[in-house]
Amino acid sequence: MKNYFESLGSRMMNEIKANEHLFVSVNGEKSHFVRFNNAKVRQLGTVEDLNLSIKLISGNKVSDGSMTCSGDLEDDTIRGLDELTRIRKEIDSLPEDPFVIFPKAGDGSSNEYSGSLLEPSETVEALVPAMKGNDLSGIWASGKVFCGNLNSKGLSHWFSTDTFSLDYSLVTSAKKMVKATFADTTWNQEAYEKYMNGSIDKLRLMEIDSITIDPGSYRTYIAPAGVSDIIDMFSWGGVSEASIQQGDSALCKMRSSSAKLSNCFSLKEDFSRGTVPQFNSDGEVAPESLPLISRGSLENTLVSSRTAKEYSVKSNFAGRGEGMRAPFMDPGGLSEEDILKRLDRGVYLSNLHYLNWSDRIGGRITGMTRYSCFWVENGEIVAPINDMRFDDSIYNFFGENMEDATNKSQFNPDIGTYDGRGFGGTFCPGVLLRSFELTL
Amino acid sequence: MRHHPLINLNSQKNKYTINMKNFNLKSILNKLDVKADWVGLRLLKESTTWRVIRDGNPQANTRHTSCGVMVEVLCNGQFAYFATPSITMESIQSAAERACKYAHAASRYSVHSFTSESRPANSGNYSSPYKMLQNDISPGRINEMMLKANDALKVSDKIVSVHAATGVVESSSHFVSSNGSDINQDFLYVGTSFSATSQDGNVIQKRTEEDKNQQVGMELLDENSIIEKCNTIGSQAVELLDADECPTEKMDLVLDSDQMMLQIHESIGHALEIDRILGDERNYAGWSFVNLDDFGTLQYGSNLLNVTFDPTISNEFASYGYDDGGMKADKEFIIKDGLLVRGLGGKESQIRSKVPGVANFRSSDWNRAPIDRMANLNVEPGSSTFDDIISSVERGVFMQTNRSWSIDDYRNKFQFGCEYAKLIENGKLTKTLKNPNYRAISTPFWNSLSMVGNNDTFDVYGTPYCGKGEPNQSIRVGHASPVCKFNDIEIFGGA
Repeated sequence: MKNYFESLGSRMMNEIKANEHLFVSVNGEKSHFVRFNNAKVRQLGTVEDLNLSIKLISGNKVSDGSMTCSGDLEDDTIRGLDELTRIRKEIDSLPEDPFVIFPKAGDGSSNEYSGSLLEPSETVEALVPAMKGNDLSGIWASGKVFCGNLNSKGLSHWFSTDTFSLDYSLVTSAKKMVKATFADTTWNQEAYEKYMNGSIDKLRLMEIDSITIDPGSYRTYIAPAGVSDIIDMFSWGGVSEASIQQGDSALCKMRSSSAKLSNCFSLKEDFSRGTVPQFNSDGEVAPESLPLISRGSLENTLVSSRTAKEYSVKSNFAGRGEGMRAPFMDPGGLSEEDILKRLDRGVYLSNLHYLNWSDRIGGRITGMTRYSCFWVENGEIVAPINDMRFDDSIYNFFGENMEDATNKSQFNPDIGTYDGRGFGGTFCPGVLLRSFELTL
Repeated sequence: MRHHPLINLNSQKNKYTINMKNFNLKSILNKLDVKADWVGLRLLKESTTWRVIRDGNPQANTRHTSCGVMVEVLCNGQFAYFATPSITMESIQSAAERACKYAHAASRYSVHSFTSESRPANSGNYSSPYKMLQNDISPGRINEMMLKANDALKVSDKIVSVHAATGVVESSSHFVSSNGSDINQDFLYVGTSFSATSQDGNVIQKRTEEDKNQQVGMELLDENSIIEKCNTIGSQAVELLDADECPTEKMDLVLDSDQMMLQIHESIGHALEIDRILGDERNYAGWSFVNLDDFGTLQYGSNLLNVTFDPTISNEFASYGYDDGGMKADKEFIIKDGLLVRGLGGKESQIRSKVPGVANFRSSDWNRAPIDRMANLNVEPGSSTFDDIISSVERGVFMQTNRSWSIDDYRNKFQFGCEYAKLIENGKLTKTLKNPNYRAISTPFWNSLSMVGNNDTFDVYGTPYCGKGEPNQSIRVGHASPVCKFNDIEIFGGA
């Protein structure tokens, strides 16, 4: 696929005219999916997808187009050139963009991570027997994902990786659930069966009758999977410099006044593990590590080159949306075995669900508890709790009410598949909170 | 060996134009050599164009064209698919063979053993209504209108950021199946999005209009009405800076149609999708508080509540002739006089659940298999005028335009926030309120419905961002509703 990309990119570059600049990129996947319900197969199939994107700059005017490609170099060259013709036709009529970012020369990169994956036709037989006797709903996704880009200054990057994930929910007869994700790059049948059995063991905890707790403020432990969902919110009207400049960020207060989060809270972009490309769609390479919030203080935001030009700040080569691509939240001092003891009396939340800013400028997030959530007394689990709504501000729960974080940051893989199969994920610890507001 | 493209890549007019009429999908289907109980081919070409101006400068002039074939087979009672962007006889043959292999391998573990009954045979066409096509307004002219919209939004120095965008989607699909379906559907969707953010010290407010997506032509882009609308959005964004915080108390809630859209979507639509009730979605979007035996028995709302699945409303975003399983789409009552009577499930779900459903087995693109989606789900108009509703409220809040949404995985406990509100005191709209929110539980909320607005209060909205499914799919839905009043709701303000 890399050879196809280089050939196609080169053919496109041969077409540029004087005063034109061009970015060409491809992305795609070959993914096998199996959807499960009741530990049986609901739907299954394979998706092969390949997209070519072209961004043309002529003078200070910009237009771009992308299209599905067939994988046939001759056909796809025709498609690409047709799109370039369409773009050229409209570009003169567009307004000038004073913040246009021109391509730059630089050091390219090529990283290909090969794995050992199950054959699609063998997948069901490998997965289902270990689920037997349980009610399981979930999705298997496996295969190669890839992306590359090239600009008219000759800079070129390529990244591909083989990954798989089985993301699933186990369900009791009383409709209580345990969530788990088995993800890696090399299939190991024995490791899978052990992991599945571990999840089934956890399900037994959910067989105890659930209790309903009243709305109010509770000492709370949120496990890494739940914290990961909160960290995701920082990529949506959070750490983006453009969002702050345009009055659309929960972190505006940290920029404009002395608002701070807890000393226990530190967040950075960290590409050192190589699970995601360090280059953005314009081929710019982000720093390997960039502290965003350090010990509660806003140290850096994510700044794309366009934002940098518009607001006269320095770029750190963020992507267009200025979201985190390799988030890493620092661990704290709480050991795994001390979580319940330190929580003492309160709620233990394994997962959260459907988060949204309820007051973005105020930093307030609402959402639901989901899956394995428990009431804890005297440092011991008493019973699962029925789902509760929370509505609280990051300036409270990641601020003065954050007591500690666990001493390990756990990897929570990105298993999203909206615009193609995701890769990478969020590293974060669990957090112990003095108080967390449950409202309904 | 190079495969021969089946689409007309070399036509004089545009080499990448897929002429759906010239492309004989049926002939390909007939030539396929696979041992399957049923085969379906769905060819989709969809082109999405965005033109965006922010703060007086172009932010995007971008187009994405998605094109490929979804090959579905049924073997031993199990469906399987292979989605390929390579539209050649060889690729489609290979895709069908591999899908058959998957289906055979999985058939001993099937959730349900289907027959071709779940893919009804239908033939027909559908086309969106329009007066002007995309090319009837030049890219330069659209940019010019969006620039003027930016100017109109910036009504004051207190406006710190403005945004205006136009999105146009041209979509054509052709579905053929081995049991005789042959369906062509052409869609034209046009939508606009406008917003203004105001700031005064640490107070920041935002006003938007972005869910007015419709099946319509480029005639939607009328400069005068855009400028008038943007002036209002900008003025209200400034007005909110000095508005009172929404009070925290239980009182009556009146929702405008643009917030009813979200209310219907989250607390009726998703709850009634039969695949959710059957548990398909439990690992992602969630389950439902509704059980299969609730159909025909559950009083979902007050007797004023009438909800329809209606793919026949001209211009509504998710109108269509047939779903992606080939079922003909007709208007059906889902909730009648408050009683739950029918589910939102396509043919597969109807067979599995034995609950009456609708034609809503839909996919977001050529590379996703169809699942139950809500499409157009509307609250039918009642008999109250807007003045009747407001004058009936002693103390309450009238809310417009969603800005925050969250609901649990069973679709029970929701919390929604709006951009703009008015206090209602003694039957009159009085002060403007900022940061209005409310929370409730679905069926008690709908049973508190006490007044339903008439046709004059009825408006049609739509969004392309309904997320669901594994693998994930974001799909178009439409929601139309009158203004509605709910009694004694928990209302509260911002941080």
